[in-house]
Amino acid sequence: MLRFLLQRLLTAIPTLLVIATLAFVLLHLAPGGPFDSDKVLVPQIQHAIESRYHLDEPLWRQYLRYLGELARGDFGPSFQYRNTSVNELIAQGLPVDAAIGSAALLLALLLGGATGLVAATRPGSWRDQLPMGLAVLGISIPVFVTAPLLILVFAMRLHWLPSGDWVAGSWRHLLLPALALALPYTAYIARIVRAAAIEALGQPYIRTARAKGLPTHVIVLRHALRPTLMPLVSFLGPALAGVLTGSIVVEQVFGLPGIGRLFVTGALNRDYTVVTGVTVLYGALIIGFNLLVDLCYAWLDPRVRART
Amino acid sequence: MADSPAPLLQLRSLGVSYGRGIEELRAVDTLDLDLAGRECLGVVGESGSGKTQLLLALLGLNGPAARLSGSIRYRGMELVGASSAQLASIRGRRIALVSQDPMSALNPYLRIATQLTEGARRHLQLGRRAALARAAELLALVQIDAPSERLRCYPHELSGGMRQRVTIAMALMCDPEILLLDEPTTALDVTVQAHVLELLRAVRARTGVATLMVTHDLGALASMANRVAVMYGGRLVELASAQQLYTAPRHPYTAGLLRSLPRLDQPLPARLPVIGGQPPDLADLPKGCAFSPRCPLVHARCASSPQLRAFPDGHLLACHYEGTPSQVAGAWT
Amino acid sequence: MRRTRPGALVAAALLALIVAAALLVPALSPYDYATPVWTKIFSGPSVSGGHLFGTDSLGRDLLVRVMWGCRISLLVGIAASLISVVIGVCWGALAGYAGGRLDGVLMRTVDVLYAVPFIPFVIVLEVAFGRNFLMVFIAIGAVSWLDIARIVRGQTLAICEQEYIEAARALGVRTTTMIRRHVLPNLIGLVAAYATLAIPGVILFEALLSFLGLGVHPPLASLGSLVAEGANEMQANPYLLIIPAAFLATIILCLNRLGDALRDALDPRHEEDGHG
Repeated sequence: MLRFLLQRLLTAIPTLLVIATLAFVLLHLAPGGPFDSDKVLVPQIQHAIESRYHLDEPLWRQYLRYLGELARGDFGPSFQYRNTSVNELIAQGLPVDAAIGSAALLLALLLGGATGLVAATRPGSWRDQLPMGLAVLGISIPVFVTAPLLILVFAMRLHWLPSGDWVAGSWRHLLLPALALALPYTAYIARIVRAAAIEALGQPYIRTARAKGLPTHVIVLRHALRPTLMPLVSFLGPALAGVLTGSIVVEQVFGLPGIGRLFVTGALNRDYTVVTGVTVLYGALIIGFNLLVDLCYAWLDPRVRART
Repeated sequence: MADSPAPLLQLRSLGVSYGRGIEELRAVDTLDLDLAGRECLGVVGESGSGKTQLLLALLGLNGPAARLSGSIRYRGMELVGASSAQLASIRGRRIALVSQDPMSALNPYLRIATQLTEGARRHLQLGRRAALARAAELLALVQIDAPSERLRCYPHELSGGMRQRVTIAMALMCDPEILLLDEPTTALDVTVQAHVLELLRAVRARTGVATLMVTHDLGALASMANRVAVMYGGRLVELASAQQLYTAPRHPYTAGLLRSLPRLDQPLPARLPVIGGQPPDLADLPKGCAFSPRCPLVHARCASSPQLRAFPDGHLLACHYEGTPSQVAGAWT
Repeated sequence: MRRTRPGALVAAALLALIVAAALLVPALSPYDYATPVWTKIFSGPSVSGGHLFGTDSLGRDLLVRVMWGCRISLLVGIAASLISVVIGVCWGALAGYAGGRLDGVLMRTVDVLYAVPFIPFVIVLEVAFGRNFLMVFIAIGAVSWLDIARIVRGQTLAICEQEYIEAARALGVRTTTMIRRHVLPNLIGLVAAYATLAIPGVILFEALLSFLGLGVHPPLASLGSLVAEGANEMQANPYLLIIPAAFLATIILCLNRLGDALRDALDPRHEEDGHG
């Protein structure tokens, strides 16, 4: 198990290197730089600024400097926000995303899991057909449509909840963004849990357990729960990655100060260090989530454990 | 049927059906069968003959879509329509099941120890240690080496034959009175099949558990069963002692099945004979005798369903044909 | 064996209707998608007023703009899916057919790329190289071929185990000929199904870019940019949000349904999941 972990962490390094390099190359290949603006700067000032951010050095030296700083966990200074490091910007934005993302996933797991289980107990009945029909709808409506619609209904028409802004620790400000982000995943999770539960309950070993005279709750909890969780766990890897990108939209719509907005404004303003920093951070988070998923998998399934 | 004064298990016009009205599908149709203490009754049939549904009916496990009719009495206690609490007290405790495929009958997520002991801990109120000791004892009974180490294994760490022996041990945990075997050897390699049959005979000799074994393999039954019932299209078509059934079958279907077995005492024919046609489709059974489309002795009277009739020696038969066993056998050549 | 799905037929019919409307309406309508009409700003949807879906903040007919949006979205969806299918099929078929070290390298690459945060990368691409319409196709197509590559590889492996392939190999048929003649034809059904499922993903991707202001150039509209415009005006004129959103959702829904049905019919390995 320890070897598996080490191995995974080692393979993560080249992946991160690829991501960092791709981001760096793309940005520097592009025509134009961060300090080309409409108003022409005095050449001396332009030079001073560029040398401050080492933009006057040859590209390969910039690249090595960048990798060296990355290795130390330093994303460098922001080009846009003077005297602020990218690390500080991320540290400001990340809690917002962590709050919305975890609230959204929790909502999706609770709502989707419950719906899927209820549907699975009576496949074909209205308790199955109705929520699953809604789930198909939920999958087809993107976050950037549901988010404005939620604002329209709950903030603008009903005045129940605020339409945006961020107040740390306020659940009223958290609820709508989290809900918008959660809806597609709720739909996916409901479908996955339903299918997995129906499949698990149809397994011959469930019949074996029934034939032993075990009560239903023991059969469900001891014998059927784990196989039901497996597909859900494997969905959580991509889901967590999706929540990251989804939060870009949600932050935009609700005007929240998270790293998604930091990234978009950074990209529009050619803030190289912000863009590469956030991209590498996203990559690291995705790798981390996938590792977590694999660990869950191994924890749940002895056959996977044997292979790792 | 007067095999024994008080049969352990008594089935009277048992029916298992799915769907309603014209879509009704009778997996088991008005079946009468007795199982006496200590005996081994074999039930033979192709897929779709209703034999597995029969086994499940004995445990009330046919699923929510199935409807049971008639009566199943275990020691005088009615099981058709029994409450789930009553059934739970029977399942695993009095009547235990060994499933067909040992690969899928064991839960891949749980240790052998958990799966072996959970029934006994519940039914016999055994503590953890006592249950584990009992499990190790039974693994030894089914000839598994180093039982206490195997208990810590997961199913995927055992071979197919070993898993089937574990499921047999699992069924015996609560010392049941009736053992239901659902094609216990079908999913196994031929060499392993012989071992498992041998083992089952040894277990029966030792525990005296009454056994109902369902299979499509008459060869596997030959060494096990005292009596053999033949099912076709959900109905009982022939029932006799194993001796009679193997040597002098009266139903053309049984005779056909026996003819298709390779015989060790005779030279192997160039091609093993088969029964032509398709196994019966329960959704679309022929009128009258279900076997008539494939029967070499088919006759106009076969358009009506043959009733089960008894011969003086206790042999039961559902066929209109009046000839002798040798005439029946002759019809196939 | 499998139930036929009336849902898939309805989806196909609805989709055909939308495609026909997207092709015909802009051609037949007297209104232009681009020219502002300052006298007709925010006239709500009405039959008598001549603007069935109303007009937007610049007085342009929303019906024509939505139909243009459908054109763009479907075009991007199909073109980018084609790109991803071509890359994915070549990559997967090569990996599955070649096996061994090459397979290892190719699939490890796919594994690494799975960890790349794509939407940020496409945003970087868009920003770096300007909002070029062609760029949208290429960027989206280039990043969405991973799933298809995996599925094709698996299927190719299965096909290569068939005996007739071994026989052909033994006869010395060349690799490229083998792939073209024996492997690809066997993949067509599967690829068609997954391509259909890829289209809605791509459409959503483009709509997301347009929503963030990184997709099509105004005055051209995609469904994503129309939703973004609508979201800005939704307080007073919610129809500007709801109508394009409804079209987007309908297209995605229909394509998902159709893809599910195709996959269930053509991919024997796929267990029916979700609502059947």
